[in-house]
Amino acid sequence: MSSIQSIILKRLLSGLLTLWIVTVIIFGAIELLPGDIATEKLGQAATPESLAAFREKFDLNRPVVERYVSWLGGAVTGDFGISLANQRPISELIGQRTANTFFLAGYAAAIAVPIAVISGMMAALYNGSIFDRVLSSTTLAAISFPEFFIAYILILVFAVGLGWFPSLANVDVDTSLGERLYKTFLPAMTLTLIVLAYMMRMTRAAILNLLALPYIEMAHLKGIKRWRVIAVHALPNALAPIINVIALNLAYLIVGVVLVEVVFVYPGLGQVLVDAVSNRDVTVVQAACLIFAATYILLNLLADILSIIANPRLLHPR
Amino acid sequence: MNNLVFHLRDAPVSAWAGIVIVAFYAVLAILAPVLAPYAESASVAAQYQPWIAPHYLGTDALGRDVMSRLIYGARNTVGIALATTILAFTLGASWGLLAATLGGWFDTISARAIDVLMAIPPLIFALLILTITGTSVVALILVIAILDSTRVFRLSRAVAQGILTMDYIEVARMRGESVFWLIRKEVLPNAASPLIAEFGLRFCFVFLFISALSFLGLGIQPPTADWGGMVRESAKLIAFANFSSWQSATFGLAPLLPAGAIALLTIGVNLVVDWVLHLSSGLKE
Repeated sequence: MSSIQSIILKRLLSGLLTLWIVTVIIFGAIELLPGDIATEKLGQAATPESLAAFREKFDLNRPVVERYVSWLGGAVTGDFGISLANQRPISELIGQRTANTFFLAGYAAAIAVPIAVISGMMAALYNGSIFDRVLSSTTLAAISFPEFFIAYILILVFAVGLGWFPSLANVDVDTSLGERLYKTFLPAMTLTLIVLAYMMRMTRAAILNLLALPYIEMAHLKGIKRWRVIAVHALPNALAPIINVIALNLAYLIVGVVLVEVVFVYPGLGQVLVDAVSNRDVTVVQAACLIFAATYILLNLLADILSIIANPRLLHPR
Repeated sequence: MNNLVFHLRDAPVSAWAGIVIVAFYAVLAILAPVLAPYAESASVAAQYQPWIAPHYLGTDALGRDVMSRLIYGARNTVGIALATTILAFTLGASWGLLAATLGGWFDTISARAIDVLMAIPPLIFALLILTITGTSVVALILVIAILDSTRVFRLSRAVAQGILTMDYIEVARMRGESVFWLIRKEVLPNAASPLIAEFGLRFCFVFLFISALSFLGLGIQPPTADWGGMVRESAKLIAFANFSSWQSATFGLAPLLPAGAIALLTIGVNLVVDWVLHLSSGLKE
């Protein structure tokens, strides 16, 4: 087995191990609940019969390990059990909403990634220009502004002031793609603004590091045209850090979506999670946390593996 | 101390702006009962008054004076964020320094455990734990402090590892100094400046995090005045904003005032942190 394959395999295994431990944490955290779920949910006045019935319904009589295995088995196949609050199957509750969340995050990524990569490269090439300075001050704003601040400014200007876009992103299954894109434009813009500055700055740093290396200078000295130096010499090496930047920010988007969904009353998984936390609907919280955490971990894993693959030094080992 | 005054004189404009902003918030937080014209959660007028005297920033849905609540918010939100950051720092830094200095299996196990904890997005983790503990201020502080201490652990461990390769540590170890002596007398003084800058950054993170949770209704609970919660309470007012007259336009600003208060403090702290980092990195122009 070549070295690159073993590196990837190692990373893959450690990523999956992390994911498994996280499922144990998410499942186990609820077990730490003081008392048990049945008395917690039904209150002190509950009769022994109703407690027994509740435990039967939510399958609380079996040992912890057995319940964990069947929970995880169900989760892998998309069956998360039933909600404590309204006793409906969770998969029914969150199926469409999970799709909505991924749609919104994907929409934001589709806007943010091309802008960030291209302008990050520009900022690196014209290092020290006005453009570059504007970039560094917007980064300060982006890390300082809470998500809802950006969201309400956009609502005030584009929804209330100019009336171009709706301030509520109320989509459902029947909403056509065009209308969906229109209604979710402001939430997608908010997410874009949140990650854009980071991505631009990280791309810029990656390219700047490269351009300072001796082999780039060598290429310039040989008289190779500027665009050729960038496209043929710099870009293959810049690919790994840029891919990394993109995947890390996508992971960030998936979580940042929670707040934005609440601001725009968008029917996504984040809303479900927030409602479930305030109702203490633990089975729904487990399911939503698992989906968010797994997506986050898998995207980080993907980032690492892609940047290993894209690293020319690892592809041609000495 | 003299050194600090000397540095302050040459501080760039951005650093001064940051210091002024932070000082302004500190004064508001400390002197809140003196400065606020009304009590924190007293209903003092009709609901949704426009911006005229004596309610310069209007009143909210329960007729509470918005300006007073903003001022008390400085005390509550910033106070809780500061307490959380200090706790996170004490936990994370002492554990990180200890792990790096002791080394061996303690270090390995700590680092692996922290890696796993950091693989879970903090917001999701916090929501999971808050489901179990319920939303009280104590739970909030503990949960966020523990989550955030993982980041502090990482940094302080990395910094300490760099210091521990130095010769003077080797000499001290050979003299037979205890681990705690090593940490207190050799590692901590040398790790101080990156840790101070990190403190500012962690504070910003914790502050934004608590505000976000309060905004979701899962953080600081009403009637305590808190900026995240105020954004949540006044959010629907934005739909009534109307730019025909300035009084009706102020409805649009209702959620933006507390949100802006959060943003401004974070900018201020970041400006100061940038300057401290610049000083400690030794990059003098």
